[in-house]
Amino acid sequence: MATRPSPTDPPAATSVVAETAPNALPAMKQTIFRRHRQLEGWPLVFTILVTVGILVGGLVEFIPLVLVKDNVPRIASVKPFTPLEAVGRDLYIREGCVNCHSQMIRPFRAEIERYGDFTKAGETVYEHPFLWGSKRTGPDLQRIGGKYPNLWHVRHMEDPRSTNPQSIMPPYAWLLKDDLDFAVIPGRLRALSRVGVPYTDAEIADAVANAERQATAIAQDVAAQGGPAGLERKEIVALVAYLQRMGTDVRTSQAPAGATATDVATPDSVH
Amino acid sequence: METPASPTPAQTARRAPAQLDVFRYDDGIVRMFVIATVTWGIVGMLVGLLIAVQMPFWKANLGPYLTFGRLRPLHTNAVIFAFAGNAIFAAIYYSTQRLCKARMFSDVMSRVHFWGWQAIIVAAAITLPLGLTTSKEYAELEWPIDLAITVVWVVFAVNFFWTLYKRREPHMYVALWFYIATIITVAVLHVGNSLAIPASLFKSYPVYAGVQDALVQWWYGHNAVAFFLTTPFLGLMYYFLPKAAERPVFSYRLSIIHFWSLVFIYIWAGPHHLNYTALPEWAATLGMVFSVMLWMPSWGGMINGLFTLRGAWHKLRDSVVLRMFVIGITFYGMSTFEGPLLSVKSVNALSHYTDWTVAHVHAGALGWNGFIIFGMIYWLVPRLWRTDLWSPRLANWHFWLGTLGILVYIIPMYVAGVTQGLMWRAFDDAGRLVYPDFMETVTQIVPLYWVRVVGGSMYFTGVLLAAVNLTMSIRNAPKLLPDPAVAMPLSPAGRHGGDGGHAALAD
Repeated sequence: MATRPSPTDPPAATSVVAETAPNALPAMKQTIFRRHRQLEGWPLVFTILVTVGILVGGLVEFIPLVLVKDNVPRIASVKPFTPLEAVGRDLYIREGCVNCHSQMIRPFRAEIERYGDFTKAGETVYEHPFLWGSKRTGPDLQRIGGKYPNLWHVRHMEDPRSTNPQSIMPPYAWLLKDDLDFAVIPGRLRALSRVGVPYTDAEIADAVANAERQATAIAQDVAAQGGPAGLERKEIVALVAYLQRMGTDVRTSQAPAGATATDVATPDSVH
Repeated sequence: METPASPTPAQTARRAPAQLDVFRYDDGIVRMFVIATVTWGIVGMLVGLLIAVQMPFWKANLGPYLTFGRLRPLHTNAVIFAFAGNAIFAAIYYSTQRLCKARMFSDVMSRVHFWGWQAIIVAAAITLPLGLTTSKEYAELEWPIDLAITVVWVVFAVNFFWTLYKRREPHMYVALWFYIATIITVAVLHVGNSLAIPASLFKSYPVYAGVQDALVQWWYGHNAVAFFLTTPFLGLMYYFLPKAAERPVFSYRLSIIHFWSLVFIYIWAGPHHLNYTALPEWAATLGMVFSVMLWMPSWGGMINGLFTLRGAWHKLRDSVVLRMFVIGITFYGMSTFEGPLLSVKSVNALSHYTDWTVAHVHAGALGWNGFIIFGMIYWLVPRLWRTDLWSPRLANWHFWLGTLGILVYIIPMYVAGVTQGLMWRAFDDAGRLVYPDFMETVTQIVPLYWVRVVGGSMYFTGVLLAAVNLTMSIRNAPKLLPDPAVAMPLSPAGRHGGDGGHAALAD
């Protein structure tokens, strides 16, 4: 087989094992390798065995994660995104923010000092898809909500150098110019409700009006702080709405007397 | 045991056929996939070069459609599914026919597979800059394209398995095992991770949320590496390396052990991408343990590859094909040692989210996948186009530019990753962060991003040289390239009447 046989050569297919099979085979030591040799002639069996082999690991890891509720402890204060925040999240996805920003604070002191409390599983139960990210070219954004005023975000998206001269982030000035498509919101929420986000029919029916109210409030706030006016129907307000919501459900859940944000996330206090 | 006993004249005479079974291999489809490989390789790496420049130089972000966030998925999709994908198909179509001693089952299905796949790539190149993305890494394409991928993959699978069914060579050589694992597992991964409910034509939401979505995504993401960038390339290596070295594979037994352990263990490793996240700790630990176990089957492949060259190392002097294979397999060994290392939680705590990961994947992608692909192409060109390679000298330049380019790429990225990881966690004596301003940790590594651009440019230049070499070789090719004809004896026992020879790699 070392040389390339010409097309007229007999096939170089011969082996000692097969030459003696099948009669001599029982006499031989039935090693696993000889059995495997037989398997190499049975593509169907081979393919079935491969399929079983590759399914085991995935199922063992996935099934308990879905069936055992303790794996993802619910947090009472975590609510679905508002209609405007939901489409803002879609803009975050469209622009590929996740390529450079994580939303997953690991339980290390260095990360908690820098970004805030670490991320709990229960905080992400309405996230279709998850946006934890895998690279921090920029900082983690899990607890960005409420950290800066609305105007800061508008300025930052328009020109990142205006808020941090050394920033390497691309500008997203078109978000201030392009109109937000409010009409898609009900369809988006309906699809989200189909995958398990508990939006009611009434909420979906009111979604556009709800989004317009929130957009107007943000736009007025930006204008009041001295920022550009007339952003009510621009994409930027949706993105700002989402950014200001991020990671705040746990921090704002101080309502139960004596409960701290961390307490809320411990398994004892979940339902 | 690896060298099959040559048939003695007596054996040959005993089995002398009354009739000859004459058939032709379909090499046209292989030529198509080879050209597509090089073309998309250039596109994918050019996008990579652009986003590499965008990192230290934000002004290279050109308008909404050509920003880093939209182009990075285009780069990864193009190099994985267009460059490596077409190369895998070229390898599978070339070697499967020869290993099965059969033409592909259906020329039409082969062409549907080819054009369908190219259409999917074009669709990706249009939709991703438009911001139509699911955001799930290496699975960013929206649901209509996902459906098209499923259809094309099924066509490919039917074509492949039917060829396997009507093969004339009863024994399946180890390369075919890896192809089987690839086709089955990629189908399972793609469907499993892409389950979504559409909200409109180009917008959908995955059925999984949060933690479950993360687990499914990295079950997919890690095994895209395993079953798109590893198993088909091992199959490719098992066919083309012995061919190029003119030596049988080192160990048949090792190939059995490392095949099954690799296929079984790889699937478990996904959660190591989620160490210290909100994923339950048991799952992350399971991922880590299996990732460490994966080291051995991975090195089984490396050892079987490198030891195949026993007694043939002198051939490296004259063969750019073998040199590329050896560098490729060596990078495979390094990456599959580094992978388990990075999955260990204490290492991952430092490396995760940094450019260390970027260095790791590019050692694998440029070193292992890239060099195995170009080694294969340099070996295939004279055989597919029936002409000498236009310039072995240029291929040699490609080899050196590529090898040095990889090093100039990955070394600064390792430095950047470790530097930034250490800066993020640095505390002073008073227990305060030394670098509380994230910006400080970025400006520190910006110069290293420029060095990376240099390394990437070197590698890219090598690829351009390969394209020139391929183009000029094709221009020298004869006008008519008839499919190679093969004649083999009609075995009296029918399709399964022949003998199996593991190391038999007949044309």
